[in-house]
Amino acid sequence: MNKNLRVKSSEYIDETNRISFKFNGKTFHGFKGDTLASALLANDVHLVGRSFKYHRPRGIMTSGSEEPNAIVQINPNTNRTEPNVRATEVEIYEGLEASSQNCWPSVEFDIGGINNFLSPFFPAGFYYKTFMWPASFWEKYEFFIRHSAGLGKSPTSTDPDIYDHRNIHCDVLVVGAGISGILAAKNAAKNNFKTLLVDEKNELGGSTIYENNEFNKINNKTPSEWLKKEIEELKNIKNLKIKTRTSVAAYHQYNYLLARENLTDHLEAKNKTNKIRQRLLKIRAKKVILAAGALERPLIFNNNDRPGIMLSSAIKKYSEFYGVACGSKNVFFTNNDSAYESAMSLYNKGINVEAIIDIREQSESKIVKKVKEAGIKIYWSHSIVDTTGYKRLNSISIMKLSNDGTSVTGRKISISCDCLGVAGGWTPAVHLYTQSGSKLKFDDEKKVFLPNQNTSEQISVGSCGGDFKIDEIIKNLNQKLKDILNINETDLDSIKVEIDQENSKRNIWLLPSDKPLGKTKPFVDYQNDATAKDIKLALREGFRSIEHVKRYTTTGMGTDQGKLGNMHALGIIADTAGIKMGELGTTTFRPPYTPLTFGTIVGRNVGKFFDIFRRTPMNDWHVENKAEFENVGQWKRAWYYPINGENMHQAVQRESKAARQSAGILDASTLGKIDIQGSDASEFLNRVYTNAWSKLAIGKCRYGLMLNEDGMVYDDGVTTRIGENHYIMTTTTGGAANVLGKLEDYLQTEWPELDVYLTSVTDHYATASLCGPNSKKILKKIIPDLDLSDESFPHMSFKEAKIGNIQCRIMRISFTGEHSYEINVQSSYGKHLWEKCMEAGKEFNITPYGTETMHLLRAEKGFIIVGQDTDGTMTPIDLQMDWIVSKKKYDFIGKRSLYRSDTMREDRKQLVGLLTEDPNVVLEEGAQIVSELNQSPVEMLGHVTSSYFSPNLNKSIALAVVRGGKKMMGKKLFVPMENKNINVTVVNPVFYDEKNERLNA
Amino acid sequence: MFLINCPYCGERDQQEFKAGGEAHIERPKQPTELSDDEWAEYLFMRKNIKGVQFERWNHAHGCRKWFNMVRDTSNDEIKAIYKMGEKPPAQ
Ligand SMILES: [Zn+2]
Repeated sequence: MNKNLRVKSSEYIDETNRISFKFNGKTFHGFKGDTLASALLANDVHLVGRSFKYHRPRGIMTSGSEEPNAIVQINPNTNRTEPNVRATEVEIYEGLEASSQNCWPSVEFDIGGINNFLSPFFPAGFYYKTFMWPASFWEKYEFFIRHSAGLGKSPTSTDPDIYDHRNIHCDVLVVGAGISGILAAKNAAKNNFKTLLVDEKNELGGSTIYENNEFNKINNKTPSEWLKKEIEELKNIKNLKIKTRTSVAAYHQYNYLLARENLTDHLEAKNKTNKIRQRLLKIRAKKVILAAGALERPLIFNNNDRPGIMLSSAIKKYSEFYGVACGSKNVFFTNNDSAYESAMSLYNKGINVEAIIDIREQSESKIVKKVKEAGIKIYWSHSIVDTTGYKRLNSISIMKLSNDGTSVTGRKISISCDCLGVAGGWTPAVHLYTQSGSKLKFDDEKKVFLPNQNTSEQISVGSCGGDFKIDEIIKNLNQKLKDILNINETDLDSIKVEIDQENSKRNIWLLPSDKPLGKTKPFVDYQNDATAKDIKLALREGFRSIEHVKRYTTTGMGTDQGKLGNMHALGIIADTAGIKMGELGTTTFRPPYTPLTFGTIVGRNVGKFFDIFRRTPMNDWHVENKAEFENVGQWKRAWYYPINGENMHQAVQRESKAARQSAGILDASTLGKIDIQGSDASEFLNRVYTNAWSKLAIGKCRYGLMLNEDGMVYDDGVTTRIGENHYIMTTTTGGAANVLGKLEDYLQTEWPELDVYLTSVTDHYATASLCGPNSKKILKKIIPDLDLSDESFPHMSFKEAKIGNIQCRIMRISFTGEHSYEINVQSSYGKHLWEKCMEAGKEFNITPYGTETMHLLRAEKGFIIVGQDTDGTMTPIDLQMDWIVSKKKYDFIGKRSLYRSDTMREDRKQLVGLLTEDPNVVLEEGAQIVSELNQSPVEMLGHVTSSYFSPNLNKSIALAVVRGGKKMMGKKLFVPMENKNINVTVVNPVFYDEKNERLNA
Repeated sequence: MFLINCPYCGERDQQEFKAGGEAHIERPKQPTELSDDEWAEYLFMRKNIKGVQFERWNHAHGCRKWFNMVRDTSNDEIKAIYKMGEKPPAQ
């Protein structure tokens, strides 16, 4: 039944450029300039989808981004598929495919449609109430809900497109290029403001560009004629940038706005490749002029959702802009004059308009008289009480409205029609305005929420500011422009406007029917199938807050955020509860105004650019030698170096043995390094570490523990005194940035009197840690003239030396308990240093080891790793590290907290060692520890923090935190696992070389 | 997204900054003299005002300086910014 409803040539449609596209598998034709919606309507296709809950057939309602029904899947089953796209916003191109959503098996025959006939059983909150019990039935319900609901399908393969972000700074941002936006942008730019004008459509001019009402004149021209000339002039204006197909998604504080610029969505596939698809514009504007326009309201009456029922303004746009008639037997239903313009637009093109149903008693404007002269029947004081037609409207029934508008009387008249335009007045698009944090006020006469303030940084002009008539728009825009731009003259001063005066209005939020409300379906939210009945039910059930009613009925919670029906929902609540609308408030309009793709949000930060990787100077060597890597913060650290097909366990056992038996080497470059200088450096360290620093001799190293002010361990590391006023502090790999931040904070805010300077030098040095009984011999080979005797270079001391010409700092410190050296060189020499060590160590079978072996070796020694064995609730006392807490120092960060009643409790979780009864059983890290097995509920005493099989002790070892653990030495506890209970004994956490004899071996 | 006027660098985007909680809470000079309750007051108690609030901010991805801000939390208006050690402006 491919009827052609193209009625006249339109300058916005290129009829020489015929385009074929597919909808639900069937091929259709349209023209360049059509949207998917206009092309479908030209082919007399109204039925495009099914509603969410009742699966009612739904058609195209609007011509813009507020569309609730015509939500389609674009290019299904391709890697460019996109769900939930509004057909009214898709520009067609050759090869476009689209399909309906939310229907199965097809839009014509949808099994879920049975919900419609069952609908008395689907009231508001139905899902909440019904599917809660019995709980065991949930799986069955879920199957049913998931198959019959859902809006579209996400793509399953990688997005082939490129997305981008761009920062833009401008003096004036104008949002919306209708008549107000164009005039505002033009005048701002002419007055030397760097101006950006954006509009979501591909053509400028908003609705005025097709405004051909002969009774409205601007400078003696029709509004459309006049505006076209204004647009033409924009090209010659400096300082003005115009971006079309650009929709503002969010308006944040301080005039920071996010907009999506659509660059290739309207192009056919072959022209999309290697181009940026969408760009997120991050706009910081000195001043923002919102000219976002207004959305036409529908009317809420029984069965107001059938395909063929549309907004009156949309019918006008399809007729005037796209040259498409939406029906061949048209009727309008209105409460204001705008429907008469739409009717005349059709009439002038020879399209049949059957009647206008007007809930007002009369209107005397020129356009109404014109409609009368045209012989179109007008039913004053009438309302539609029902409609018929399942997949397409075929008739309406009307009755006379009572004087108070709450009931209908008299004889029912039936009018046959295939398209109904509804006009319920206009709602200013204040969404962006409220996102900016500004407040609304309710205008009781116009029945709209309006911006409550205009500041020096922001104004709302045109219909989004509450001015609906061209004369009001020009007059108020002129004054607002002068105020915000601080100018005395504008182009608007000389504009002469004549308009057709509308003299009566009537607003009824919910129109009555001859049937009781319970037997009718007046839809308020089309996408989510919320009816007026649902809203009243919610109120009856005790919901009062508008936010609660919204969630209970799901009104306004669809992808369109209920742009059409929100005002009616508020109106019905106000009427039912007897509250004034202004007191009710509105629900919050959240960003984005229209949905954004994930691609736009992440931009270029995908794949390997998702996050920053930090690599050490020795990284290439690790890669060449087949190391496995682990992520430590942003660092890629060598984890272990498998050889001959070893798994991790085998590799780690081998590496750990080698490090203790001969020599091992670790890339420790990731450790945080902070250079500390200044005459108060020693005093500063005294205050930030728990132990004393004043007496540390130059050339010596000391381990330090840093607490938070709450007494909990924050970080640890070795600090070396390089000179009288010069230290090098090392921090944990993950803590480096935070430690620097914390130290700077104290220096700047608490102790500004201290003469101390901090510099992060983490990336400046590469560090190789050489360890094991042969480490001394290896170092000797590399630096033959350095005295490595224990007298000259004892444990915990430091020397400057040279490897060839390379200056290095060597610390004799140990995180493994072995005799070891940390050699630091300028990072560009890191790989050279490493290779030098490997070469010199060859005869000692020097073994590179990764982080896993490092963890194992330190666990054998009972050394903690901050963040693994601690979790922000452990004091040094809990860790059995009392020895590092100075009793003599008057103060240090966290000291006072160690004497709080809570931190002094003896039953706090404390660090202990655990040995398993069976030495081959390795505990799981994180496993819970109990003392009783037959207790219910059982008390959890703590958990395992580190656990390994130690090749050097040939048994399993673990560190754990256990409540009151310090006093449990030798006690038997249990680690209950899924299939077994593991018997463990509490022991001293130092498992290996308790007397530290190996340090000097 | 705020536009913050760093007293050392000028106006910068909020993403360069880190918020640091309530301002003008001085670390006690003699913590050992304080009772548990007094120390807890310093350590844990922070205001959460709807209205004008005094805050610490750090230009973390800039000059790394700390400074103070007076902000109305009800509408995010930044009323004043001043350096550490300076007195808050009279309201
Ligand atoms: Zn700064």
